[in-house]
Amino acid sequence: MQVTRRQFFKVCTGGLVTSSIAALGFSPAKALAEVREFKLASTTETRNTCPYCSVSCGLIMHSMGDKAKNAELSIFHIEGDPDHPVNRGTLCPKGAGLLDFIHSPNRLRYPEYRAPGSNEWKRISWDEAFDKVSRLMKNDRDKNFVAKNDAGVTVNRWLTTGFLAASASSNESGHVTHKVVRSTGILAFDNQARV
Amino acid sequence: MASLAPTFGRGAMTNHWVDIKNADVILVMGGNAAEAHPCGFKWVTEAKAHNHATFIVIDPRFTRSAAVADIYAPLRTGTDIAFLGGLINYLLSHDKIQHEYVKAYTNAAFIVKDGYSFDDGLFSGYDGATHKYDKSTWAYEVGPDGFAKVDETLQNPRCVMQLLTQHFSRYTPDVVSNICGTPKDLFLKVCDTIATTSAPDRTMTILYALGWTQHSVGSQMIRTAAMAQLLLGNVGMAGGGVNALRGHSNIQGLTDLGLLSNLLPGYLTLPDEKEPDFKGFIAKRALKPLRPGQMSYWQNYEKFHVSLMKTWFGKAAAKENDWCYDWLPKLDKVYDVLMAFELMHQGKLNGYFCQGFNPLGSIPNKAKLIDGLSKLKYLVVIDPLATETSCFWENHGEYNDVDPSKIQTEVIRLPSTCFAEENGSLTNSGRWLQWHYKGAPPPGDAKPDADIMAGIFLKLKELYQKEGGAFPDPILNLSWDYKIPRSPAPEELAMEYNGKALADLIDPKDKTKTILKKGQQLDGFAQLMDDGSTACGCWIYAGAWTEKGNMMARRDNSDPSGLGNTLNWAFAWPANRRVLYNRASCDLSGKPWDPKRKLIYWDGSKWTGADVPDFKPDIEPGNSMNPFIMQPEGVGRLFGLDKMAEGPFPEHYEPFETPIDTNPLHPKVISNPAARVFKNDMEAFGKSKDYPYAATTYRITEHFHFWTKHTRLAAILQPEQFIEIGEELAKEKGINAGDRVKVWSNRGFIKAMAVVTKRIKPLQVNGKTVHHVGIPIHWGFKGIAKSGFLANTLTPFVGDANTQTPEFKSFLVNIEKDRR
Amino acid sequence: MALQSLDITRRSATTIPSPSQRQTPEVAKLIDISKCIGCKACQVACMEWNDTRDVVGTNHGVLDNPMDLSENSWTVMRYAEVQTDRGLEWLIRKDGCMHCANPGCLKSCPAPGAIVQYSNGIVDFHEENCIGCGYCITGCPFNIPRLSNKDSKVYKCTLCSDRVAVGLEPACVKTCPTGAIVFGTKEDMLHHAEGRIADLKSRGFADAGIYDPKGVGGTHVMYVLQHADRPALYCGLPKDPSIGAMVGLWKGAAKPLASFALAAGALGAFLHYVTKGPNKVSEEIEKEFENEK
Repeated sequence: MQVTRRQFFKVCTGGLVTSSIAALGFSPAKALAEVREFKLASTTETRNTCPYCSVSCGLIMHSMGDKAKNAELSIFHIEGDPDHPVNRGTLCPKGAGLLDFIHSPNRLRYPEYRAPGSNEWKRISWDEAFDKVSRLMKNDRDKNFVAKNDAGVTVNRWLTTGFLAASASSNESGHVTHKVVRSTGILAFDNQARV
Repeated sequence: MASLAPTFGRGAMTNHWVDIKNADVILVMGGNAAEAHPCGFKWVTEAKAHNHATFIVIDPRFTRSAAVADIYAPLRTGTDIAFLGGLINYLLSHDKIQHEYVKAYTNAAFIVKDGYSFDDGLFSGYDGATHKYDKSTWAYEVGPDGFAKVDETLQNPRCVMQLLTQHFSRYTPDVVSNICGTPKDLFLKVCDTIATTSAPDRTMTILYALGWTQHSVGSQMIRTAAMAQLLLGNVGMAGGGVNALRGHSNIQGLTDLGLLSNLLPGYLTLPDEKEPDFKGFIAKRALKPLRPGQMSYWQNYEKFHVSLMKTWFGKAAAKENDWCYDWLPKLDKVYDVLMAFELMHQGKLNGYFCQGFNPLGSIPNKAKLIDGLSKLKYLVVIDPLATETSCFWENHGEYNDVDPSKIQTEVIRLPSTCFAEENGSLTNSGRWLQWHYKGAPPPGDAKPDADIMAGIFLKLKELYQKEGGAFPDPILNLSWDYKIPRSPAPEELAMEYNGKALADLIDPKDKTKTILKKGQQLDGFAQLMDDGSTACGCWIYAGAWTEKGNMMARRDNSDPSGLGNTLNWAFAWPANRRVLYNRASCDLSGKPWDPKRKLIYWDGSKWTGADVPDFKPDIEPGNSMNPFIMQPEGVGRLFGLDKMAEGPFPEHYEPFETPIDTNPLHPKVISNPAARVFKNDMEAFGKSKDYPYAATTYRITEHFHFWTKHTRLAAILQPEQFIEIGEELAKEKGINAGDRVKVWSNRGFIKAMAVVTKRIKPLQVNGKTVHHVGIPIHWGFKGIAKSGFLANTLTPFVGDANTQTPEFKSFLVNIEKDRR
Repeated sequence: MALQSLDITRRSATTIPSPSQRQTPEVAKLIDISKCIGCKACQVACMEWNDTRDVVGTNHGVLDNPMDLSENSWTVMRYAEVQTDRGLEWLIRKDGCMHCANPGCLKSCPAPGAIVQYSNGIVDFHEENCIGCGYCITGCPFNIPRLSNKDSKVYKCTLCSDRVAVGLEPACVKTCPTGAIVFGTKEDMLHHAEGRIADLKSRGFADAGIYDPKGVGGTHVMYVLQHADRPALYCGLPKDPSIGAMVGLWKGAAKPLASFALAAGALGAFLHYVTKGPNKVSEEIEKEFENEK
């Protein structure tokens, strides 16, 4: 016999005693309720490493969607990779909360521009952004590039623009960044090794 | 890293995370691994639980690491050299050193040149006007054969061992206790425990982080620790070493790849303007052996450099133009980030890029930074998050009190992907390059860093092609053979830095054999050539992506020896070696010092074992080749030669802002005599009469730098800015836990909640009571957590004399209850 | 009908016998305080897995945050700086449901099936059956369940019954960086604890021991304590917890006598009314009842 929740409450509020109903065998199916549905039963799993400290713990990221053309993957759970020799599935409080980093409301979504003296950001396209940046670089470089020092030695350096590289971007990004930055002659080049 | 390379040969964690479990004694000092690296720290708790290890924590604060320590000893911030110098004195005077190791594997027996001296706080060669040393006397006696002279008996009064003993004899337990404020009995207990690891079958590992590097004498703190480990025979051993726990996920990688002012990839260096000639440039770096039979691996320097130039400039790099030597910018000085902000401040920098870096939070003296950024013509910020730096022009009340209308800087902000949205590799502290995969697309229109760099570069190149301009050659000739030029694939970039053969490579031993065909990926750096027939973007990363595929993506975690060297998991530089200098884990005859911890051994015909030998595999024991193969003399350096700015031996110097106004060892030389201090910054140092409390900044475990204040889960754990003070100071100042307080230095103020704790105790130093104020760094004016003050409003603009790492760990403040 | 992926041995306010043929191993979570660094990874993993988020609060002059358990924080770290004969000790205890073998909450709950105990020992709340009376809060000797202001239902740690049901460890156990939290069969956990206690004794903690209080029939969350003789050092962990007299009364009376049950239910509702104000759920029920008419 099935008793719906509504009927069940109706009976209760009708003045009967709950435990005695159950004693008579009229227990609602819900009372035998199941545990919460296991939420990882079918997800797309991707291996990654934590971007915070230098332990580089292994991660398994669980995404909604199975990579079908019409579904956009969205990560909804992250836990430690138990196969990883260092973290063996564990994660620290930062790593365990990576989900909220990926979906932080403060993630940047579009290129933006702030004009001199302005009090606001203006959304721009990538093309506009690349045009602006390269033009600013070229104007400064052409004006201030030092081909030879006072002693007449070829030094080919550009000292009026600097570049701070990242601390968590990949080796591949680092490699291509170094290549580009040195080709321009920049010397004020640093990363976050110290701070 | 500027201390490990001079001491051992390479600037990186000597061992790796899992190896910590093999230690008998673990020393956490100059760091707080439990809070900053919790999952790596698990190997500390494993060593305790399964190796019955003793765990020692030395820190001004009783930290979360101390919560599970066997011995905790406090010390005053900035006095680690005094403490460790006292340890060295203890080891020498109690004869607790590993004699055979010290004699064979360190430069203890080397004779130091006449003229070297140390007197009243200064080494020989100091020039008070320039604050620099003439280091010519900081050298070995070299014989007519070109080799350094040694005295195997260690009795020569000019040998390193004798000079070392003499130098550190001043660091008695009483002197240590007087400078550090550490109770003498606790200091001696620590020494006793550490001294047990001088036995060949016991090891100590040292774990440190920015608690050592962020001092004006940070590099020398690390060197003191490294020297103690050499004396104890703990370097190269499983469960030993000096382990730099890097702060960020890929700071090891980005440093390996040379993204620093004076570096090129793989710890190659940029030329100085005094090096106009390519041959001289190479000769200075391709170091010849200083003792007979040593490997002196840097002899191969030219191969690494030429292969890099071939990667960057392709066919344009030729023998005839010295492989584009003139295209490399030449240094007149080092342009580290402190120098960059000084130049900005002086109005000499017009443009600045910040790629995934938030300097407004991370560099000292916020007021100076805001001033500098406001003088820029343009600022480009590439980041996944809305950082304070990109918003430096926004008014956020007392947290960032600026007037946007007066700031003329153009700011362009470009959204980048985060880890979850890209393929690629990161290099962890243990030198493992691990590949990761994209799990979802980025939000909005965000792009990978590589695509952003490509977009900027291709546009710039186009402008130079159209318009010409200042020296366009390197830009126009930069190799860019990516399948989709505006979007270089991580896989292509990884293959590029690994390197490939540009012509068929013939086996030099057997000319009929071809090692690699033209176009094939290199197996390792041993295949590199100096004739332009190989390309390699970072020689130490050669082997990461070979003809067998992506070695960084390997996932076999089997550990046959049980020592934690999972050789088929990912790829470790150099050459997949997991424990650096592992030849030193065996005695001269090739037998492991400790049979339980057999990293490698000589099997009669070759070196083999649980790790890849960090040695020439076929050189038999008894040969004169020594374990520190990167050093021209083949041994670890107790005497640091001319590699450090402030001396061949470490010496205790006070922080630039010292609470005791003197240096008890030599009152005439209080702070680091070789540090670089800019004029205005000298004036911005505070004195103890106005700022009586020793302050130190740090991370707490709930947050990561300035990122996690943007994540809800971390914001829930520690929502609001706080500082920590001891109960005694709180009582003196009438501050209760949960009060809002104002903390100020000579550079500015912050306001925060007060956490009052038993974990910070006043220390008795040189006849004075010194209180500490602890300042966690994680808050700012952007984020989900409650708005707060950037802690670097308080910190002084001075760095280590070798690395220019800012002195965030020791400065002076005052504090009072916020009467608002 | 047979929806349960874990076998239920007991249900609140239900006298119908539970199916009892299947035998599953008893599980336990062991929290070794001597290994805990108080990093709060367990707090995060718990919220992340269970899709809850507590509020971004304020600092209260201590490192604890959130300051207490809530409907969104089913576990919190509690920090005690204690001066002992060994010097300063920082005793950090992960607080949360102990999953008592003899659960006071279940015994005091008047809503059928709102609280269940599985044969593996997990005590779980089924919020869809909860009437929000708050009586389980009174019945708990460890002060664990928390009533939500949003939906007037009570929440607490489930020992990740959804994970355990499919053969995984709880989220907090998996994440714990130092291995201070471990999980397995209760038998294995007791054995593991023996090894830990021996290690602690060898380091001079003469009174190290396990916390598995008999007053509640033992627990499925246990602690290794450095000072097992003084559990109160650990932010007031009770020395001899037991089910309160009132719960005992309810338990004794309810089964044979339905009227007592009703009275106790009414008392629970009354207590809730006094402490929390009118119960939204009963309003809802009334509304439904009205609509039926």
